[in-house]
Amino acid sequence: MMIPRTEAELADMVAGATGRLQIIGGGTRSVAQAREAQVLTARGLSGITLYEPGSLTLVAQAGTPVAEIEAALAAEGQRLPFEPMDHRGLLGTSGTPTIGGVVGGNVSGPRRIQVGAARDFLLGVRFVDGTGRILKNGGRVMKNVTGYDLVKLMAGARGRLGVLSEVSFKVLPMPEVAVTLVLPDLDDAGAVQAMARALGSPYEVTGAAHWPGQGAYLRIEGFAGSVAYRAGKLREMLGGEVEDSVERWAAIRDVTPFQQVDGDIWRLSVKPSDAPGLVARAGADGALYDWGGGLVWLRMAPGTDLRARLGAFDGHATLVRAGADTRARLPMEQPEPPALAALSAGIRARFDPRGIFAAETDMSPVVVS
Amino acid sequence: MDMPSPNPAILAKKPRLIERLLQVLPADAVIHLESETRAYECDALTAYRCPPMAAVLPSSTQEVSDVLRICHDMGVPVVPRGSGTSLAGGALPTADSVILGVARMNAVLETDYDNRFVRVQSGRTNLSVTGAVEENDFFYAPDPSSQLACAIAGNIAMNSGGAHCLKYGVTTNNLMGVTMVLMDGTVVEIGGAHLDSGGLDLLGVICGSEGQLGVVTEATLRILRKPEGARPVLMGFDSNEVAGECVSDIIKAGVLPVAIEFMDRPCIRATEAFAKAGYPDCEALLIVEVEGSDAEIDEQLERIVAIARRHNPVELRESKSADESARIWLGRKSAFGAMGQINDYMCLDGTIPVSQLPFVLRRIGEMSKQYGLDVGNVFHAGDGNMHPLILFDANKPGDLELCEAFGADILRLCVEVGGCLTGEHGVGIEKRDLMVDQFAPDDLDIQMAVKDVFDPQWLLNPAKVFPLQASEARRAA
Repeated sequence: MMIPRTEAELADMVAGATGRLQIIGGGTRSVAQAREAQVLTARGLSGITLYEPGSLTLVAQAGTPVAEIEAALAAEGQRLPFEPMDHRGLLGTSGTPTIGGVVGGNVSGPRRIQVGAARDFLLGVRFVDGTGRILKNGGRVMKNVTGYDLVKLMAGARGRLGVLSEVSFKVLPMPEVAVTLVLPDLDDAGAVQAMARALGSPYEVTGAAHWPGQGAYLRIEGFAGSVAYRAGKLREMLGGEVEDSVERWAAIRDVTPFQQVDGDIWRLSVKPSDAPGLVARAGADGALYDWGGGLVWLRMAPGTDLRARLGAFDGHATLVRAGADTRARLPMEQPEPPALAALSAGIRARFDPRGIFAAETDMSPVVVS
Repeated sequence: MDMPSPNPAILAKKPRLIERLLQVLPADAVIHLESETRAYECDALTAYRCPPMAAVLPSSTQEVSDVLRICHDMGVPVVPRGSGTSLAGGALPTADSVILGVARMNAVLETDYDNRFVRVQSGRTNLSVTGAVEENDFFYAPDPSSQLACAIAGNIAMNSGGAHCLKYGVTTNNLMGVTMVLMDGTVVEIGGAHLDSGGLDLLGVICGSEGQLGVVTEATLRILRKPEGARPVLMGFDSNEVAGECVSDIIKAGVLPVAIEFMDRPCIRATEAFAKAGYPDCEALLIVEVEGSDAEIDEQLERIVAIARRHNPVELRESKSADESARIWLGRKSAFGAMGQINDYMCLDGTIPVSQLPFVLRRIGEMSKQYGLDVGNVFHAGDGNMHPLILFDANKPGDLELCEAFGADILRLCVEVGGCLTGEHGVGIEKRDLMVDQFAPDDLDIQMAVKDVFDPQWLLNPAKVFPLQASEARRAA
């Protein structure tokens, strides 16, 4: 495994690479080894470079453990607002999640529905492209339209465009109080409707999830008086009981219902009101709704081609966990229409002209010169 | 500010071009007489003007596609235009280009309150997007100050912000999908009513690409329920440092106001003479606005006022009514007009880390003396997006050039302290040649490589964003 300790060393390693490289952080979000690839981890590039609580800004090297960043923020009463999930339980991996891995996967949790995803809080990146050039885009200020926004492009690129060396974020204050309004006894359609009403209210819900058979959950955060007021208003609208706890949100974030149970795991990103119909059509063994229905985790019989079963819909299906034979047969990402696939391929070819960055799910052979 | 010389070979194609455009557009949508193309000679950066070869006003995605295919075939540059309110020259034509205006495409295509989005044609104005949903108490959050006039197409091109983005984010955080036409006429759909991209985040790079990657014809925008209410507090301080510290302390205390606006003494004085809002005569003034129910607003304002008191404000005025709120905002909203009353002005848009606020204001004051030009500062303090207004006399020979040199020095200062050239207005032609101060050649090259993918012949708005020297080889190819 290649473990560069500095950005310059990273650039040298990439420039000198003679074969394919699979880029990882702590390796907690990878389910497979890319074919014929050497692993390069950014975990050697670690440490918080700058943290200004009064500016709501944090800059860290890409290999910095997420836990280290969360602890530094918590000490100042702040947090990463997009609530990145920990994939270890769901994927059965071990190791230390890094902030670069969060960015590479655009990993966001339940609060995404209200505040936005990892990409929305990412202010800047430094990275090494496929030729070994050290590049930067964005910066460390909250408003920046200077040149093209490659920051968004790098978020979610899963190591296919470059190796992140440093990332900067906008962070937000932690709330004083957080509670959960629990709505039991709703079927999927009823739960999605209730979540839509809550999210369409002025009461600023920061989580809207539905665990079939258990209940629908709404999270309310903020100052004490405000939380009591908003939770009361939502209860007037929708019924249910207010719990003084938000512990279950970590379980929703990390999809604990599907941990240590068999089956393929799929992730659907959809128009929320379409979700119950799609879940019914999928014939899933289990479903967990987050983001008001905009995100659905599905547990499917091994080997099912979910995309073939669903047909066309507004959104996409990602294969998150499956056996090797299924992964060999079904692409991880929803195939794009030809015009978009051509644009994506063009961008990859510009960032990585030698084709050395191997995404774990790339099945096509690459050419390395 | 240089623009490329018009290409005589392209100018010679005008008759044939007009003929072909008239085959796909109605006659009133093809503007080509010299007396009429003059209407498109500039945007809100009025110091630079040049009538285009022609302007077209298509009414549908199909017509946009037809126009682009023809221009692509004939090798004619195209400059997309929303409402022409760019302060950076984003819609400035060259004499050998075609202006593609989306103003006729302003329909609302779909409103969906359950899923909280609206789909509109891109020529629709920013404020009228909110207008389309406010009967149900929803709104579209990004609110650039030109929102009455500016089009969604331009908002997407420049990734526009506004006063309320500390809480709600800028355009890119509220844009869910687009229908876009590539330079060769191909129509692509990116994103939609769902969240997050399936593959590479193409939508993320399209937003803010200044009309250089494609022409957006339709947009899916996130809408939000209006808060129950909003109220500001006004506070005056006897130094910029103290006001800056107060901003920082409010943020650290866990209050997230929807807006924190900052005005310095020159701006306060000009505003007061013009609008008579009753502002205190002090060095620095903050307007902090919070949202929610009445009780929630009180809860937040109480904390903010307590923090402000620790900094010995010379004035502290909490709004208790809509009328008082309007008076507090009156001066801020008149600031640009007030400065314009004194003289011509240039409005800058650099962003700095909030912690650098006092230092940067002090340096701007020193530079103002060196250049002999007055400057007032009014800006979004919560996110560090500055708007220095440099006063100059456009009729005095050399004053515009002096003002531009002063402006460039301020923007270089923003970059030096860890900020950037532009927070919400865009690069256009205005900051094009300063890009080398923020980016190394390779950083610019990788951005231009993205344009190579979307527009290999560099026909879409080619003379913008990148220094002409840096893009020369690509434009000539």
